[in-house]
Amino acid sequence: MADGTTLQLPHLASHPVHISLFADVANAPFLRQQLLEGNSAFEYAFLDASTIISVNHVLAAVFRAVNDLLHGRLKSRNVHSEIVFSLSPNNNIAESFRRFGISDTTRTLLAIKVLNSPATDPIPDPSSHLATHVQGQRVPFNDATLALTAEIPRVRKIYKLDSGGDAGGRKGKGGKGQPNGAMAANSTIKEMEAVILGIMAVKGS
Amino acid sequence: MASTAPAFVHTLPAPFAPVPLADADSLPPHPVPELITQGAEALVYRTHFLTTSTLCALKYRPKKSYRHPTLDARLTKGRILAEARVLVRCRKEGLAVPAVMGADWEAGWLATEWIDGQTIRAYLDDYLHGIDDANVVAEQQEELMELMARVGESVGKMHEIGIVHGDLTTSNLMLRPKNKSGRESSAYTNRDLEGDVVIIDFGLAVQSIQDEDKAVDLYVLERAFGSTHPQAENLFPEVLRAYGESHKGAKVVLKRLEDVRLRGRKKSMLG
Ligand SMILES: Nc1ncnc2c1ncn2[C@@H]1O[C@H](COP(=O)(O)OP(=O)(O)O)[C@@H](O)[C@H]1O
Ligand SMILES: [Mg+2]
Repeated sequence: MADGTTLQLPHLASHPVHISLFADVANAPFLRQQLLEGNSAFEYAFLDASTIISVNHVLAAVFRAVNDLLHGRLKSRNVHSEIVFSLSPNNNIAESFRRFGISDTTRTLLAIKVLNSPATDPIPDPSSHLATHVQGQRVPFNDATLALTAEIPRVRKIYKLDSGGDAGGRKGKGGKGQPNGAMAANSTIKEMEAVILGIMAVKGS
Repeated sequence: MASTAPAFVHTLPAPFAPVPLADADSLPPHPVPELITQGAEALVYRTHFLTTSTLCALKYRPKKSYRHPTLDARLTKGRILAEARVLVRCRKEGLAVPAVMGADWEAGWLATEWIDGQTIRAYLDDYLHGIDDANVVAEQQEELMELMARVGESVGKMHEIGIVHGDLTTSNLMLRPKNKSGRESSAYTNRDLEGDVVIIDFGLAVQSIQDEDKAVDLYVLERAFGSTHPQAENLFPEVLRAYGESHKGAKVVLKRLEDVRLRGRKKSMLG
């Protein structure tokens, strides 16, 4: 598979977004270094995909970042760093980079480029640029792949999905109580997504 | 729904605003939000969000020109965030409410998961419409009672996690039916009332552990049943019965409801 996905979010047709997912990435330190140096050929959001559970999880972060860009209220340097920050459950920018951004040990990489963002050198084809510089194997960007690459326990911890008002494995007389793990894996991820998107949406208030 | 929607009185904020004509050619088909309801405080639209296969309810609180702009901005922000936070809390606790998908309290909108169903009010209207046909009612009675029990369980669960709704009416309770086929074209079958009860519209919700607040919630719902569906008198006791079974503190709240009713009656006698 040669190409990533270029998609247009509903209502954000003016800002097409390129997204590529790579597995078995071997040169994360190099890629991270390009971001640290501010190399203008690497205007991407590089995410560690292990903390991403679904397509909508990423797209919600992209939507928020582009929306904040449109309203002139980015909290970080540019729309790409804002995507990383948008994933965070809190307002700590540095922490959001440690949790969601590429690290030297990243193996599964999600590369995102907002194509119409101002001040980016137009790169004609992010797909091939990425293919040239990322040493890894491109895999389909979809829920099925992300479900395999996500580290669910870590994500649950980051978003505190098991804390507060003894949620989670609780009795519940209404017939809803289920032993842990009895639910289908996908419905669990969908349920996680439903809560995580809300947590992302209300932060920064 | 679309045909009865009034003409746009308000223009949605970016990025939901209609595409300017000059750009219209160069951009792909753009999903235009469809106005669903227009309340005193908010307009609800249905539109796509994040992907073209995901629908959301976009609740927009337009600026109120009669309020001081600073105060207006603060109120709008407060209400959007209050509603969003309670929704997140409920969802995290496993209560069936719409998931929060996005928000912009400066622009005045909250995007929540679209619930593919109708309000309990609409269902009751439809069902009770043919009330003179006693056979139909008898046939549906069991399904209606089961639906009422699920309403009671949901409200009970909401109270159990310490949320008081503040505006518990049959318009703020929805049913997401299990089988959706042919709902609009054909007559009801007795399976149509199966599905999840989903509580919506948490704009006035608060966190509370007071029995009094919970009892007032139930009282408001009781009044909503009585005023909009007088034929449904025999239904509400089933809501309360299921509520009473729903969690540990529920019986105490029901006891308190008797006091609230009494006070309500006295008040209305005094005019
Ligand atoms: N998430 C949703 N999914 C489907 N319909 C919704 C949703 N939220 C609201 N609606 C519809 O819009 C109406 C008004 O929404 P609501 O949140 O109750 O606003 P208001 O404060 O104006 O009453 C509801 O009665 C329901 O018919
Ligand atoms: Mg309402």
